Amino acid sequence: MCGIVGLYLKNDKYKDKLGELFEPMLVAMTDRGPDSAGFAVYGDEVGEGWIKLTVRHVDEACNWAEISDTLSSKLNCTVTWTNNNDVAVLKINGAEKAARDCLAELYPDVLILSAGTSIEILKEVGLPEKIVSKYNVRNMVGTHIIGHTRMATESAVTMAGSHPFSTGSDLCLVHNGSLSNHNRLRENLKREGIVFETENDSEVAAGYLAWRLQQGDTLKEALESGLKDLDGFFTFTIGTRDGFAVMRDPIACKPAVLAETEDYVAMASEYQALTTLPDIEHAKVWEPDAATFYIWERK
Amino acid sequence: MKTVDLTISSVRDLNQALHEQSRSVSEKSWTVTNPKGSHNLAVGLDANIDVDIQGHAGYFCAGMNKEANVTVHGNVGQGVAENMMSGVVRVKGDASQAAGATAHGGLLVIEGNAGARCGISMKGVDIVVKGSIGHMSCFMGQSGSLVVCGDAGEALGDSLYEVHIYVKGEVKSLGADCIEKEMRPEHVTELKGLLEKAGVDDNPLEFKRYGSARQLYTFKVDNASAY
Repeated sequence: MCGIVGLYLKNDKYKDKLGELFEPMLVAMTDRGPDSAGFAVYGDEVGEGWIKLTVRHVDEACNWAEISDTLSSKLNCTVTWTNNNDVAVLKINGAEKAARDCLAELYPDVLILSAGTSIEILKEVGLPEKIVSKYNVRNMVGTHIIGHTRMATESAVTMAGSHPFSTGSDLCLVHNGSLSNHNRLRENLKREGIVFETENDSEVAAGYLAWRLQQGDTLKEALESGLKDLDGFFTFTIGTRDGFAVMRDPIACKPAVLAETEDYVAMASEYQALTTLPDIEHAKVWEPDAATFYIWERK
Repeated sequence: MKTVDLTISSVRDLNQALHEQSRSVSEKSWTVTNPKGSHNLAVGLDANIDVDIQGHAGYFCAGMNKEANVTVHGNVGQGVAENMMSGVVRVKGDASQAAGATAHGGLLVIEGNAGARCGISMKGVDIVVKGSIGHMSCFMGQSGSLVVCGDAGEALGDSLYEVHIYVKGEVKSLGADCIEKEMRPEHVTELKGLLEKAGVDDNPLEFKRYGSARQLYTFKVDNASAY
């Protein structure tokens, strides 16, 4: 059992309230996943030529100013940083690969949680309530946010094993279920150049989508292939820079509820997590079909 | 009429108050407000009372119901009216998977759609769905009737025993040992009665009947010698 929640804004009405609306959704799914929790928030986009890394250090007293300055001089470009507890967001006016290589060489204890132009991932072991408070989710603004509360089955209860997983630029995936063909698929994807950080089955699903998107698939095409190639139980919620998707396997034993109004699309494992949303009484509420995906994208 | 507001009372308090009616009915009519998708609402009732749930309910709503008349003015999660013995459960919206699972008796009406595994292992309940139902519905259904005014998903009636299935729309596929059967006058009469009880005005002559071909292992007398 795990819990999934997602909120995708169709316009700017609730942009400044994204975190405030999301916090009770995540906390409502505590009984489905008290081991760890995490979320990916989108919206604070960097400009052309810039990339954004969400990074974390085991040492909370880590000197991000120093790391930022070193990156700036090594890469010969502007680097800015802000931190949120033990996580920092580095905005780099340079290339992602060079930044990753530089961090790996000079600061091997720095873990990259996400990379892209919009995405920020924060996750931690513990109760969802503790995590939303630690990272001050309430004050977050943005366009969409996807969260997960974990009850671990396929790998250990660690920060690295918690969701969301991100294996591609601005891509994130959260999963309720268990995949049965993840070992073979992971080996195949490694040969295609996808890098995995854990032994977790859900990370393989994220890696698979990242690979399909790298091959030039649209999100729709990637999900169509995913329905054929991923075996096991899954309800996924997926975020891209400007898109939001929900997909269920053909067995459909992992729950999901969708709600849509003029202003937002919300997803949760159980309806309980949607009850605090504005105007939910008048939202269209339905259960997504088996072997089917639903996509919303900003044009 | 008694109203229980779930922003003030707990689900445990609600169910306890409803269970107390099983000794003697002191309050016939109950309204539950602000259910907000809570699980296990009005579970294990054993009294001739009316319970109106004003909003969406979570899992196992009205499970194990006996005699009571429970109406949900919204959607329900998994396992609505599971193992119901008697009474009536009516869902004004949609139901998630395993609606009416293993239920022995009574009437379950779903005015919207039902998800996968509707009526799985049903044992005597009558289920009427105004909309469509999902895959693997009525799997191992033993007795009772399942009426679907919309369409049915894949593998309808797999490993069926004696449930009477009536579907008005398309059936995506039939499960193992489930076949279409002739609609004889007694079936039209039975279906007419079920539609009337459910308050649905569809024409029984537009439905097709499905049932067990009785060809699986359990139906072969030769296998009786194994015991």
